[in-house]
Amino acid sequence: MNTRADTGANTGADTQATKGANGIEIENLNVWFGEHEDRVDAVRDASLCVPEGGSFGLVGESGSGKSTILRALTGLVPTWSGRMAVLGRDLGRRRDREFYRSVQMVFQDPYASLHPRQSVDQVLGETLSLHGFHDIDRRINKLLDDVGLGPAFRFRYPHQLSGGQRQRVAIARALAPEPRILLLDEPTSALDVSVQAEILNLLVDLRAERGLTYLMVSHNLAVVGHMCSDVAVMQLGEIVETLPVEDMRAGRTTHPYTRHLLQASLGEMAAGA
Amino acid sequence: MSRLLDVEDLWVRFPTRSGMFEAVRGVSFSLGRERLGIVGESGSGKSLTGRAILRLIRPPGQVQARRIDLDGHDLLSLTERQMRTVRGQRISMIMQDPKFSLNPVMRVGEQIAEAYLLHANTSRRQARQKTLEMLEAVRIRDPERVARLYPHEVSGGMGQRIMIAMMMIPDPEILIADEPTSALDVSVQMQVLDIMDKLVRERGMGLIFISHDLNLVSAFCDRVLIMYGGRIVETCAADRLHEARHPYTRGLLNALPRLDAPRPRLEVLKRDPAWRDEPGVSGRQ
Repeated sequence: MNTRADTGANTGADTQATKGANGIEIENLNVWFGEHEDRVDAVRDASLCVPEGGSFGLVGESGSGKSTILRALTGLVPTWSGRMAVLGRDLGRRRDREFYRSVQMVFQDPYASLHPRQSVDQVLGETLSLHGFHDIDRRINKLLDDVGLGPAFRFRYPHQLSGGQRQRVAIARALAPEPRILLLDEPTSALDVSVQAEILNLLVDLRAERGLTYLMVSHNLAVVGHMCSDVAVMQLGEIVETLPVEDMRAGRTTHPYTRHLLQASLGEMAAGA
Repeated sequence: MSRLLDVEDLWVRFPTRSGMFEAVRGVSFSLGRERLGIVGESGSGKSLTGRAILRLIRPPGQVQARRIDLDGHDLLSLTERQMRTVRGQRISMIMQDPKFSLNPVMRVGEQIAEAYLLHANTSRRQARQKTLEMLEAVRIRDPERVARLYPHEVSGGMGQRIMIAMMMIPDPEILIADEPTSALDVSVQMQVLDIMDKLVRERGMGLIFISHDLNLVSAFCDRVLIMYGGRIVETCAADRLHEARHPYTRGLLNALPRLDAPRPRLEVLKRDPAWRDEPGVSGRQ
């Protein structure tokens, strides 16, 4: 069993690549809501593995359980069974501070995920102080720079920002504790295509600069195809197929549901191309 | 092509503390028995254009146009009472999210029947019969059961099909669909579009399809107007959208990630301030 010391060693420059450590491992995960006759099995027997520094996509329709996997991973859903491990450490019922430092989430709707009465400065400052950083002032400016906003945005409130700027703030907040894993729950589906392109480029750059591991949920196959190297397709709470993005592009799928999704999105594209 | 609707020089303005904000700036287009797409990003004025036609813009917002002509009647000169007979019966509108457009405390069957009773002079029994037929037309498998449900008991895709049934039941000539599928999943999206398409074709209606999704519009419509900054910057046949010339349209197309043509970086749209000042293009035919 990997211990804390092992995790510590992984933060050293290249060791994780040579060791092929896994960023996220999920085995036979079940997640349910309610009890007895009201019980709904939202995720059934799901397994996936994301190598450290990798980028993995979960696709499927709403209700297929893809967001539930992210929520279970972050500890937002207590009712689960199976095995989940992050950076070589098995997860129990509770998550410690170390976990929240290394795993952060970016939510779908930047309009809903930022506190309307907190300025950007407060949002970032609070996160930083919660995680025990001291040079908060310098870090806030650095974070705003990293997400392409600059210091002019520091004292703005969410209503003074556009949708894309808000999502940048949400990303800056997620980056504040210097995480190694980002969970992305439909990060661009509330945005216009031109803004989506900016945010996706930013996420690609951040991953390259910081060696982050991404687990991304989206209903948009083209977005997942752009961002990820491997994809799991979910239907009715189960992972029906896991395949490399190249195979998906080439139409090398085995499950009929994957083909159906692919047709739905390629159908549009063929007409647009 | 016979013109169902003719809009000429439409402006929508909102007074603000820093002067008049012009959200739609001189838009002209006509609609025949066709599927006309209006695409643009948020803030381009596409939704307001749709709402302005039905005079759904509340004060202090102001709508002004040389004319909005429906069958020889200028909609802007109608009284509010006359306008109510236009809404639903002659032009109806489907909004983005069925969650917010259905009455949460009324069974869906009653809501659809109400739409019919308001516009047709018939009995309740006949309205009920027609409601079930309409639910079947939007491919709801068990119309008897679904008619008894409340809106919170149906899924998003089904809710949107119920909305379509409700909007189609008075048999309007024009349907304005404002992002009718953006709240739905990809697979359900196609199904809903398919149903809408079939009904529009069969009844020889005119459809105004407002969307931010270029691929969707190009696959689904006959003709497309591209809006930017409250103006139409380009019009083209939907199947030639990929040959669009305007740098804004090109920028939007290039910003889309594509499954069949992967790129390491997506192109970021560089907005030219001059686009706002260019004279608009007319979408009249």
